[in-house]
Amino acid sequence: MALVNPSFIDEVKRSDEFNASACMNCGVCSAICPMGIELLPRKLFRYVLLGIGEKVLNNIEAIYSCLLCKMCEVNCPAKVHIAENVRSLRYVINKKVFKI
Amino acid sequence: MTLPTGDTIGILADNLKLRNSVLPISKENAIRWAKGLELPRGGETILYTGIMYQLIPYIAAMSKAQELIEDSWMANFVSVGRYVNKLINVSGFMAKPSESMQKSYNQILVNIALLLKEAGVNFGYLYEEELYSGALIYDLGVDDILKDHVHKVYNTFKKYKVKNVITVDPHTTNMLRSVYPAFIEGYDLYVKSYMEVLVERNLQPKNELTKEVVIHDSCVYARYENVLKEQRTLLNRAGVTVKEPADSGRFTLCCGGPAESLFPKKAIVNAKKRVDQIKNAANNGVTMCPICFVNLQKAANDEITIDDISNYLVQAYL
Ligand code: SF4
Ligand code: SF4
Repeated sequence: MALVNPSFIDEVKRSDEFNASACMNCGVCSAICPMGIELLPRKLFRYVLLGIGEKVLNNIEAIYSCLLCKMCEVNCPAKVHIAENVRSLRYVINKKVFKI
Repeated sequence: MTLPTGDTIGILADNLKLRNSVLPISKENAIRWAKGLELPRGGETILYTGIMYQLIPYIAAMSKAQELIEDSWMANFVSVGRYVNKLINVSGFMAKPSESMQKSYNQILVNIALLLKEAGVNFGYLYEEELYSGALIYDLGVDDILKDHVHKVYNTFKKYKVKNVITVDPHTTNMLRSVYPAFIEGYDLYVKSYMEVLVERNLQPKNELTKEVVIHDSCVYARYENVLKEQRTLLNRAGVTVKEPADSGRFTLCCGGPAESLFPKKAIVNAKKRVDQIKNAANNGVTMCPICFVNLQKAANDEITIDDISNYLVQAYL
C-alpha cells in the first residue's frame, strides 16, 4: 500500500503554471515521447495529484531523463504544461532528496 | 556506470554559484573568438554568446577522455566529489579541447558577428564580463541558485546600459527572452536571435548557393520561442533547397542533447534516431544550436555532414 500525503501537491505546485490536474489521461504524451518515458507525464502527474509522493520519488531517473523537448506538450489535447510540470517535480526532488 | 544524479546536479549548481558557469572555462578562451573583430565593449545593443559555443569543445574533450572508463564527462567531476569541488576549481581536471574543434566553434561566432555587421547592425560585446545564462541549471530545476545568477547577469547588462540583446543559440534566447522575466521584476531587455535580426534587416545574399540541406530545428527554437520561419527564409533566399526530415518544424525531434549531462547513453540513442531521419531526406544536415550540432555530429559518424547554419549563411551573404 502506498502512503497518501494530500499536502504533496502543495509542495510541488509552486505556481499556476503547474496544471497537472488538466490532464485527462489520454496517453498521447506517452505514445509520442522520443525517450519512451511511459510514466511521464501522465502517471507521475496522477501520483502527485493523488498525493503518492513515494511513487514520484521512486522514479527519479524518468523525471531527470526527460529532455524538456515539449514534443508531448505540443500534441497534448488538454494543454498541460508538461515541461514546466516536470521541472517542478525536479525542484521538489532537488530539495527533498538531494538537499540542493 | 550511471552517474549519481543528485551529486551531478549538485556539482553543476555549485559551479554556477561559485564560478558563474556550470563548467569552468577560462575568460581568455571564452572571448578568444572576438579577437580582431574590434567590437566595442558594451553598448545599447550587444551580441551575447552565453558562452555556449565556447563550452562545447571542453565537454567533447571530457567525454572523449573518458570514453573507455566512464560513460560521461560529468563522471570526472563527480569522482572529485561535491565537497572538493566547492574548495578547488575543478577546471584543473578538465581535458584539453582539440584546437581544431575550438577553432570551428569559435568560427561560428565570428560568422554571426560578420553577418550582423553586414546587415548594418551596430553592436558591442561584454568580453570577459559576459556570463553563462544558467540554462542547464534551469532545466535541472535548481531555481533557487538560478535566481541569484539571473540577477548577476541582468546587473551586468544594466552596468553597460544594454537595451537590446542579440543571441546566438536557442537555449540562451529562451532564458533571456522567456525565463528571466519571471525572475526579474521590471525586466526590460529586448531579446532576439541573430537569425531574427538578419531577417528583420532584410539582409540580401551576394552569392547563390545551389545546395540541398536538411534542416534540423532545435526544439527550443521551434516549440519554446517560435523561431521557425527565419532559418528557412535565410536559406531559401540564398538559393538553398531546404528539405524537411520526417519530424520537422513545430514537431521537430529533439537531438537528445539535453540528456547528455546525466544520461549520456540515452542522449546518443536519440541523436542516432534523428540522424537516421536526416539521412532519409538528404546528406547535409543543418543545425542552429551548439548542442544539436555536437550531438548530431557525433551520432552521424561521418556518414552524413552536419554543419551549423552560419557556415552556409556566410557563403551566401558575405
Ligand atoms: S497528452 Fe496531455 S492530457 Fe493526454 S495524458 Fe498526456 S498530459 Fe494528459
Ligand atoms: S518533454 Fe519530451 S522527453 Fe519529456 S516527456 Fe515530453 S516528449 Fe518525453
